[in-house]
Amino acid sequence: MGLLRRLDAVARAAFPAVGTALLMVLTSAPVGLPSALPAVALACVFFWSVFRPGAMGPPACFLLGLLQDLLGFAPLGVGILTLLLAHGVALRIRRFLVRQSFWVVWLAYAGVAAAAAALGFVLQAVLSWRLPALAPALVQFALSAGFYPAIAALLTGLHKAMRRAEDRA
Amino acid sequence: MIRLSIPLRQALSRLSMPILVAAAFGAMLLGKAETGLVERARMTLADTLAPIYGVIAEPVGAVRNAVEELRFLAAMREENARLRAENERLHRWQAAALALETENALLRRQLRYVPEGAASFQTARVVADAGGTYARAVLLSTQPGQAPRKGQVALDERGLAGRVSEVGSRSARVLLVTDMNSRIPVVLEGSRSRAMMVGTNGDRPRLQHWPEGAPPQEGERVVTSAEADAFPAGLPVGVVRWTEGGAAEVELFARLDRLDLLRIFEFGLSGILPPEAVARPEPRARR
Repeated sequence: MGLLRRLDAVARAAFPAVGTALLMVLTSAPVGLPSALPAVALACVFFWSVFRPGAMGPPACFLLGLLQDLLGFAPLGVGILTLLLAHGVALRIRRFLVRQSFWVVWLAYAGVAAAAAALGFVLQAVLSWRLPALAPALVQFALSAGFYPAIAALLTGLHKAMRRAEDRA
Repeated sequence: MIRLSIPLRQALSRLSMPILVAAAFGAMLLGKAETGLVERARMTLADTLAPIYGVIAEPVGAVRNAVEELRFLAAMREENARLRAENERLHRWQAAALALETENALLRRQLRYVPEGAASFQTARVVADAGGTYARAVLLSTQPGQAPRKGQVALDERGLAGRVSEVGSRSARVLLVTDMNSRIPVVLEGSRSRAMMVGTNGDRPRLQHWPEGAPPQEGERVVTSAEADAFPAGLPVGVVRWTEGGAAEVELFARLDRLDLLRIFEFGLSGILPPEAVARPEPRARR
């Protein structure tokens, strides 16, 4: 096994987490769009947790959540907990989801996104000790659910390419 | 190799999951307790990423500019139509203005209208209530070189207050319009009918001698009349108020009970002067 091939394997293993982090950084760049950062992070973590859980472990989720909390100006820990729980839920239902069509996956993801938005709302309320407005939570849910198809299409392509490379190896 | 390790990693993740969730709660507590630390971490990350954002901002800015340009081009047609319509409208207004200007010039020529020169004035401070010879008058402190002349008109910031009646080297006396001896020719602004405003030593001077059949209306504005060449036309005086006893009075604009500064206007008029001036005429007044 050559060095190049080993490097290739390492790169493949690290790609989901690193790619997600890069995408998050790109998303949080000031382009004048509403902040899609939590939506992108959640979609990436969910996708990789379902389709490639080996490359998206809890430590990676923790770090990505930390990155999300530091990039956005949310209270520290909210993103971490959300991504970790989303990761756990995705692991639970992945055996069922892997065999399903895209639409079912999307529906399941919408449920996870709704739960994530609700969790974020509750945590925000508890941490700042007053009731935040409901609209941002709804917007975040809509963004999460709406962004998923585009991100899933991109990641599915990458996932297939990686699988082809592994089959060849 | 990776496929083999998936079950192992899942087992590991089952172990690490509770620990990491606990760590997440720990992070929350840390974020509440150590806001300074979190702030520093955020700013460090932001500083690190700033160059990346700078690089991203270039193409993003270019794209946004292009979009803006396209939108501008799309809006240009509409803008053009709007401007054309506006230009049309302004042309009509310009024509109207030119016509009015011509008409104005024509009327002026017919009237031999001489524009009034701008009046000069000086400001003087009221230093005393000077009810000496008259019951209602104030004393002004003036600069030695700039003494006012008799007959000059005094206004406060709102309207007519009175006329200069006596002049000393450092002071001048202003006879207020409320004084018993004050007679001011006025015009009722609504009907253009003339009347006399007669002081009563009260707060509100009375109106007298208005033309038959044109009584002053309640609330009508009263301005000075140029009659007798004592005042320029159109200085604001007050508004008409009818008393319950059926007398027409003028509620003055000027607040005569709290005068502090008066403007003494030189209108270049040489009309009727107060009684003393008749007895002791001043050479400069006759021009």
